[in-house]
Amino acid sequence: MCRGIPEPKLTAIDAMIDKLTGAIFVFQIVVVIVLGIAGNVWKDTEARKQWYVKYPEEGPWFELLIIPLRFELLCSIMIPISIKVSLDLVKSLYAKFIDWDNEMIDQETGTPSHATNTAISEDLGQVEYILTDKTGTLTENKMIFRRCCINGVFYGNDSGDALKDVELHNAVSSGSPDVIHFLTVMAICNTVIPIKTKTGDIFYKAQSQDEDALVRAAARLHMVFVNKNANILEIKFNASTIQYEVLETLEFTSDRKRMSVVVKDCQNEEILLLTKGADEAILPFACPGQQTRAYFEAVEQYSQLGLRTLCLAWRQLKGDEYKEWSLLFKEANSTLVDREWRIAEVCQRLEHDLEILGVTAIEDRLQDGVPETIETLRKAGINFWMLTGDKQNTAIQIALSCNFISPEPKGQLLLIDGKTEDEVRQSLERVLLTMRITTSEPKDVAFAVDGWALEIALKYYRKAFTELAILSRTAICCRVTPSQKAQLVELLKSCDYRTLAIGDGGNDVRMIQQADIGVGISGREGLQAARAADYSIGKFRFLKRLILVHGRYSYNRTAFLSQYSFYKSLLICFIQIFFSFISGVSGTSLFNSLSLMAYNVFYTSIPVLVSALDKDLSEETVMQHPQILFYCQAGRLLNPSTFAGWFGRSLFHAIVVFVISIHAYAYEKSEMEEVSMVALSGCIWLQAFVVTLETNSLTILQCIAIWGNLASFYFINWIFSALPSSGMYTIMFRLCRQPSYWTTVFLIVAAGMGPILALKYFRYTYRPSKINILQQAERLGGPILSLGSIEPQPRPILEKEVSPLSITQPKNRNPVYEPLLSDSPNTRRSFGSGAPFDFFQTQSRLSSSYSRNKDN
Amino acid sequence: MKAIYLNVAWKDATSLLSQIDTEFSTINKFTQQNLPACKPVLTPAWVILTFLLIGTIFIPIGLVSLHASRSVVEIVDRYDIDCVPEQFKSNKLGYIKDSSYPKNCSRTLKGIRWLKDLFSCFLVMLSLRFSAVKILPTDAVQIKKETLEGTLGFQLLLHGNFTAPLGAKALWLVAIEPIAWFLGFVMVNRYMKAPIYIYYQLDNYYQNHRRYVKSRSDQQLLHGLGSNKTSLCKPEQSNNGLPIVPCGLVAWSLFNDTYKFIRGKSELNVNRKNIAWKSDRDHKFGKHVYPFNFQSGTLIGGGKLNSSVPLSDQEDLIVWMRTAALPSFRKLYGRIEENLHANDVIVVNLMNNYNTYSFGGKKKLVLSTSSWLGGKNDFPGFAYIFVGSYCIVIAIVFMLLHVKYSRNTHVGYN
Repeated sequence: MCRGIPEPKLTAIDAMIDKLTGAIFVFQIVVVIVLGIAGNVWKDTEARKQWYVKYPEEGPWFELLIIPLRFELLCSIMIPISIKVSLDLVKSLYAKFIDWDNEMIDQETGTPSHATNTAISEDLGQVEYILTDKTGTLTENKMIFRRCCINGVFYGNDSGDALKDVELHNAVSSGSPDVIHFLTVMAICNTVIPIKTKTGDIFYKAQSQDEDALVRAAARLHMVFVNKNANILEIKFNASTIQYEVLETLEFTSDRKRMSVVVKDCQNEEILLLTKGADEAILPFACPGQQTRAYFEAVEQYSQLGLRTLCLAWRQLKGDEYKEWSLLFKEANSTLVDREWRIAEVCQRLEHDLEILGVTAIEDRLQDGVPETIETLRKAGINFWMLTGDKQNTAIQIALSCNFISPEPKGQLLLIDGKTEDEVRQSLERVLLTMRITTSEPKDVAFAVDGWALEIALKYYRKAFTELAILSRTAICCRVTPSQKAQLVELLKSCDYRTLAIGDGGNDVRMIQQADIGVGISGREGLQAARAADYSIGKFRFLKRLILVHGRYSYNRTAFLSQYSFYKSLLICFIQIFFSFISGVSGTSLFNSLSLMAYNVFYTSIPVLVSALDKDLSEETVMQHPQILFYCQAGRLLNPSTFAGWFGRSLFHAIVVFVISIHAYAYEKSEMEEVSMVALSGCIWLQAFVVTLETNSLTILQCIAIWGNLASFYFINWIFSALPSSGMYTIMFRLCRQPSYWTTVFLIVAAGMGPILALKYFRYTYRPSKINILQQAERLGGPILSLGSIEPQPRPILEKEVSPLSITQPKNRNPVYEPLLSDSPNTRRSFGSGAPFDFFQTQSRLSSSYSRNKDN
Repeated sequence: MKAIYLNVAWKDATSLLSQIDTEFSTINKFTQQNLPACKPVLTPAWVILTFLLIGTIFIPIGLVSLHASRSVVEIVDRYDIDCVPEQFKSNKLGYIKDSSYPKNCSRTLKGIRWLKDLFSCFLVMLSLRFSAVKILPTDAVQIKKETLEGTLGFQLLLHGNFTAPLGAKALWLVAIEPIAWFLGFVMVNRYMKAPIYIYYQLDNYYQNHRRYVKSRSDQQLLHGLGSNKTSLCKPEQSNNGLPIVPCGLVAWSLFNDTYKFIRGKSELNVNRKNIAWKSDRDHKFGKHVYPFNFQSGTLIGGGKLNSSVPLSDQEDLIVWMRTAALPSFRKLYGRIEENLHANDVIVVNLMNNYNTYSFGGKKKLVLSTSSWLGGKNDFPGFAYIFVGSYCIVIAIVFMLLHVKYSRNTHVGYN
């Protein structure tokens, strides 16, 4: 299981921030060039006349660069450096919140959730596809022997538990040879090691949970596997002890799908081949005379119930036959080339003419809350793919039982199968056709594909398969290998979807590393997956909380924090730019360097850091209305449009601060340090109010940080004003004594915040986003029903849309909320993938039709 | 196995943590993101009330500041053009640069500068002429007349002879009197009460130019030659190998026009002490630093300094070196500590030394009283009234919207 070195992951929101930073950088360059040119022109036309500036008559040519460079220095604060530090800090806090979350502690094992990767919490809120393993992820991976069929007799069908079946116990005590053989195979055909504890109990150490379950079940039926001493196995049946010598172990591989042991009965020197494996790997090799029909039926019946089946078989070997084969096996074992293949071939020679003993059925129960979790997350617009190594029937049954797919007639499951290219192609085309047609129907369509067909599809029909992947919200891939799991993740990522892979075993590691977010369940199959993953949780059901609560909050908070960081940097930078127009475009800084530094790293960083505690909606509301995650998925809180809003706000505030400062402090008051402090105070006051207004829930910590910060601004400046050596000696004391200072500051606050408050209130009340509606409902106790009451718009004609779209077309979701155009966003994921609810996407033409909510 | 231990350890740790948590429930609430929070909702009542409140607070503040600003009497006299003799009007630069020409100039101050002031004073005066002086000679109006006439420069207008028919007089009485009262309240100045501040104002003068503002050495101003850090002072840093004290362009370009004020026949006393900040005198400019080689080089900039007076007492320099943030600024020249009356005619004898002609700058002499808000500045008052009224307008708009859409607030514009 080569884990390799995973690439560092970059969240979508970080990528967006990088893009915006790039845009601001370009803006900065433009500003610098324009101001640089203006500065040089002003210098040549005006400044040379100003004798007091004393420009030298002729300078070297590079003097032309001095003014642009000064502006570059002045504008360098436009890109907030502090954003990186702030983001890292809050991100580690998000991760800590996940670690600390009491509701995500697995009560059984006491395992808390853990965020290994502290940098990608925001991506959790933007997940679109979840690829999940089955065994151990959806199920508990706590195997319990439930039923069996021995020699055509079904046990455990009535009670649902073979171990409580009186008939089986009777059969055991009466010593029926079939049953004894069956139990023998259960007990010793494995690689389990029994460990005796001091108290005399036997504790089994098994690699495979199935084997463990079988050995335990055998022990309950009085066939106790007592000891393993080198090659000698000791079994206690009732009172007697039987010893076997293990001659060979034909190990399990996922290709062979069976394992065997060759043992010698130490009493009568009989050599036996004991085999267990998947039905298709055992039943075809039954000895010619045997009727296998009953076993096929048993397998069918059990897998319908979602049970894992194993067929048990044995054969007596003649001494010569074993010796001959043994030589071949040794030879094969020592080959260097194609060893695995050779061994498989050799094993094949022995594993034939088997006498089928029976079928075991092992239950792997679903974890608590899995169906609810899947349902909630699907309502949140997340698509699920199940990737499992299990057989198709079992996978489908599990999928049905955990709401993964709906039973007929609501749902429709399309199978892609085939052994050859042609068959797979036909099957794929058929499924695609059906998919295209049924996207219009309110029906759950899912497809199931097995490992073989997947291999062919990925190799030869990648394009068609990609289209299928985009069309289908649900898929079941069975019998897939770890590398195929990773390939599927890769496929979805290549369509620009954010994927989350969740698994528990070593075979999920590659998928977990490949996906945007890897979640490991620290379960029974060891911690391999949990270690490789970005997040490890104890149970699948915590995924709901991880995504809807932690992921969503993280996204919202980061969206605010990053845009706010740009806002405050731009604010101060715009003031500097405006000031340069009244200072002869010479690049004078209005603020002293100390204030500038403190502004970025202190005055404005502390208040915004506590926005990491902000909660726009309560956890309960989010859980009740998982659809609200859509805002995060579509990236609606941080995109060029929202950023433009913040950009405009900083421009507006800069104008307010600048105009009011220079007019209120004109003429005899226009002393540099004083004007500078008035403008800075204006900025600090404004930003305190902006943070307060944009905070959805004010805790005591936030109040302290925001208003304490304002107080500390005065405190710090008073300290500096008390130092005779500092440039701003006595300035702050003088200002605070002047009534005009306070009237100016309050004027700035009212003029700056009034329109912002008015606009926010107007949007909130008359053009509310769904988040606002929920907020109002939550806080005022109003009806939340209005959310669902929005009627879907009439469905457009279908043919029009499907045909012109091509697979290569990237998904086209509009992250920009355009409330004025229509209430419902024009989000159109291509092919209607992920359009689960009418609620958000009433106009999304393709998807509106494909509603799941209505069915449920 | 390790994993199991780890789990056990975790278990212990978490159980311990939860124990601690129950004891310190605030920590627990923090880690569970469950701190009690105030969740403000922008309810219509709250928002409308806020805007109304801001409006009702701001408009009175605006009126008060406007009144304070209007109560300040200010006389502004631009003299840079008029003080150039007629024969040099075409060559002002040559005039100012040549020290052999006499620079003295005499000005008579007039009060009113702006058209809007002229207009409103005209109205007031008319109404006074009809109502107060001739028709209703009451005490109140008498006082008002006095205050109006107290404003310098009204003499001319008041002496004009104005006759009109009786009907017109009655009309004036009804229509103009309230306006006159209002304008009188806002506009009409008292005579100038001491202290009267004397400022010089420079327009289009960039004291905030980067090259200029950086060209000074605060260390040298305080420690004199003891500080060698004069590299900032370029290009005015040294003369004959010795650092210039005080160095730099700011000091070098010191303003050097002087003013003398004559009322009637006697000269008005101008107090030129304590015009600079005390903190500057005590802590920024050295008591033992003497400007021994100031303005002695080949290039002479602005004013000169008495080399026997330490920098801490060179208040003009200290005032000048508090650089202004705007290209139009006033600096304190001195104080007149006597009241100026309505009939006083002030003659100013000034020395027009400072060169603003090369860059088209303006020089103005300003006499101004002061209020609790400082000098005459209408901006805060008007801004407060503006902000207050837009808040009220917004409140009214929101109220109307609320009434109109109150039935379906939740659904909004679906």
